[in-house]
Amino acid sequence: MSDIAENKKTPKEPLFSKKNKKLVTDPLTDNNPVTIQVLGICSALAITVQVKQGVVMGLAVIFVLVLGNLIISLLRNLIPSRIRIIVQLVVVASLVIIVDQLLAAFMPDVSEQLSVFVGLIITNCIIMGRFEAFAMANKPWPSIMDGFGNGLGYAGLLVLVAVFRELFGSGTLYGFPIFGDYITGSGLYSIGYVNNNMMILPPMALIIVGVIIWIQRSRNKSLIEEH
Amino acid sequence: MAVNRDSNGYTFAFAIALVVVVGTLLALIAMWTKPFQQRNDEVKKQLDILSAMMNTDSLGITRKNAEDEFTKYVDLNDALVLDAQGNIKEGVEAFELDIKKEFKDKKLDKKDRNYPLFIAKKDGKTFYILPIVGKGLWGPIWGNICIGEDMETIVGASFGHKGETPGLGAEIKQQFFIDRWIGEKISDENGEFSKFEVVKNGSGHKPSKVDGITGGTITSKGVEEMANRSMQVYVSYFKNLKQ
Repeated sequence: MSDIAENKKTPKEPLFSKKNKKLVTDPLTDNNPVTIQVLGICSALAITVQVKQGVVMGLAVIFVLVLGNLIISLLRNLIPSRIRIIVQLVVVASLVIIVDQLLAAFMPDVSEQLSVFVGLIITNCIIMGRFEAFAMANKPWPSIMDGFGNGLGYAGLLVLVAVFRELFGSGTLYGFPIFGDYITGSGLYSIGYVNNNMMILPPMALIIVGVIIWIQRSRNKSLIEEH
Repeated sequence: MAVNRDSNGYTFAFAIALVVVVGTLLALIAMWTKPFQQRNDEVKKQLDILSAMMNTDSLGITRKNAEDEFTKYVDLNDALVLDAQGNIKEGVEAFELDIKKEFKDKKLDKKDRNYPLFIAKKDGKTFYILPIVGKGLWGPIWGNICIGEDMETIVGASFGHKGETPGLGAEIKQQFFIDRWIGEKISDENGEFSKFEVVKNGSGHKPSKVDGITGGTITSKGVEEMANRSMQVYVSYFKNLKQ
């Protein structure tokens, strides 16, 4: 069915048409995969203790999502519908293994830091969600844009949460001390400031994500679902 | 007429083709990256040995210069391999040994395991570095214990793990846990092995007792087990050496 619909669309769309741009910008704000679609929460909790980890995880997810969306989109008319979920899973899993192997070979420090989290990419619901909801029904280029947008939306939220957690939990940002040296007690620590250990623990990530969702929905009332 | 995409034949054919393509691709990538990964593992091993001896972070020793720094302090020609009784085994390269693999190998008799011993020199002093491996809560843990010139006092250590719980078991990597080991004696006044105990009741200041990590009991006990199991062998070697 989709073939027919596509064949009819004869006038060629420019690469960066308004519609395509929207695919990238929407997930950054009003269709954020984490705060609106509420996907990928598990890794958002696990990997947001430090900004650096969040950035690397975000990049890895963008890479897997863009390539995966492209592959699924190219294969969308070949994939037998009965085993499509399995095929999507195979594509994600192999891309993740490739990322894991390449990191271990060329960026060993990053690979060590991410260790178990790389495996978490496979179970990241955003990826399967985008494959099933978008790439299976759209052409390769929009799929790439969609993958990039959603990956970026996810990475952005990860970094946003990580900024709060790292700043108030460890007193650093991207590893650089902001409030002075905790161990020697310089800077703010000399007047009795202490790091909030609660920020390091996973529940705090959930609370921060919750607050972000709250702020976002109170600023844009149209996002609130009817009950 | 296009192929019927819902037929069984097509589904099977697609699945088989997909598996073959993906399998080949992954095999090729694994083969291509293997030498790089092995090289990284070697550097990591050197870095771990060095970090047991000194604070590599503050000295600015990273993966990039680990190899140069390693050769500066450790002479691999001095390195020894011991058998389970603490006698020197000839003809085995200490650095080439994979004690993690030996530990996991169920077929290998415990008596046949090898115990590498690295000897380092820094500022005219001799350090003995003993690699150990064991099992934590979720997977393997390992470490290097550095013994001072007197062959009985722990002067440094480094621990590592594959996937212990962050914030709990994973804390064995932290300096505060390592500090608890420093100053402990591995043998009593007769040169006999004195067993370590990782304790919960805060009596870690006593000889041969080390405070465990709250919430990381199984990992802490794993460190205790691996330290005791391997250290016994090294102590019997040191005892012979001192006599």
